Amino acid sequence: MADHSSHHHDTEPGVIAEPQTKAIWRTFIILSVLTAFEFLIAFTLHAGFLKTSIFVLMTIVKAFYIVGEFMHLKHEVKSLIWAIILPCIFVVWLLLALLMEGGFIFVAR
Amino acid sequence: MAATATTEAPVFDKKTWMGGVEPMKVSYGKLMMWFFLISDTFTFSALLVTYGLIRFSFQAYDPAIHGEFHFSNLYWPIPEKVYEAVPFLHGVELPLVFVGIMTFILIFSSVTMVLAVEAGHRMDKAAVEKYMLWTILGGLTFLGSQAWEWTHFIHGTEEGSVIREIVNGQWVERTIFGANLTENQYGPPAFADLFFFITGFHGTHVLSGVVLNILIFYRTSFGLYQRRGHYEMVEKVGLYWHFVDLVWVFVFTFFYLV
Repeated sequence: MADHSSHHHDTEPGVIAEPQTKAIWRTFIILSVLTAFEFLIAFTLHAGFLKTSIFVLMTIVKAFYIVGEFMHLKHEVKSLIWAIILPCIFVVWLLLALLMEGGFIFVAR
Repeated sequence: MAATATTEAPVFDKKTWMGGVEPMKVSYGKLMMWFFLISDTFTFSALLVTYGLIRFSFQAYDPAIHGEFHFSNLYWPIPEKVYEAVPFLHGVELPLVFVGIMTFILIFSSVTMVLAVEAGHRMDKAAVEKYMLWTILGGLTFLGSQAWEWTHFIHGTEEGSVIREIVNGQWVERTIFGANLTENQYGPPAFADLFFFITGFHGTHVLSGVVLNILIFYRTSFGLYQRRGHYEMVEKVGLYWHFVDLVWVFVFTFFYLV
């Protein structure tokens, strides 16, 4: 966050503020529920496009909460957010390209 | 430390960059941690993309062609058939349960880490110590679980798998147990190689994260950050620790679930 100076000890030594942990536990519950849901899907759906898309979607949502809330990126300035996210989008492209390439190798074997 | 470093004498505050500006409104250390994490993302992506490429270049398991699932090096195995063992429950088939437990351990240690960061903002030394200890405990438990899983994977099942291979021009049948870098009872050797590389590289990150967490705990309990006036080191190491958790989320999905 921008104002680090507020964390300098302007309070009296020994006086400790109340914990603000509501958002943390909320994120934890969301992550746990999503993971439990993934388990449910793993044993109820047959392998296929739908199952894979649900897994990928769940993973992206979990990543959003870990990076956004735990790593605090959601509350940083826009330029930092984009500096992190943009390179990752290119990785997605690499992944798709090489998955297709793998399919071609299978056909050529 | 001067709390008001505005127009007076140029007091060097570690949180402002040398020129007195703070690009992207984060401290030098945190920004560099983010850039390191981006580069580490590329390394892990390379490993996972490699997994995808190699997997797609192999025959997939198809019940119509291969019949009932059994371990074979003719097709890529289904992960939930490979990872189904749980400590102390020998012979019980519990697909992915142990991996699920490991996932929860890591998510929970991420939560205690963020609680430590929050306590650091409030200059609550005792709470930082407490949550750092929980985080360290979570990391060590995860590493122990991974050691158990590797041991099980390397030793294999009781029945093993029969493979046919050509030795001196003749077909020979041989039973192999478990997996190493050249042989794999569960499927193609490449599957075991990728398992060792991906989970091993992640485990190495967890190990170094635990070492950093212990260092932070040690310095917290000696009051270094209290004297310094801020707990930013907890935040920086916290970023790294959450990243390790994040990587596991991806490994869990793309290696174990899909």
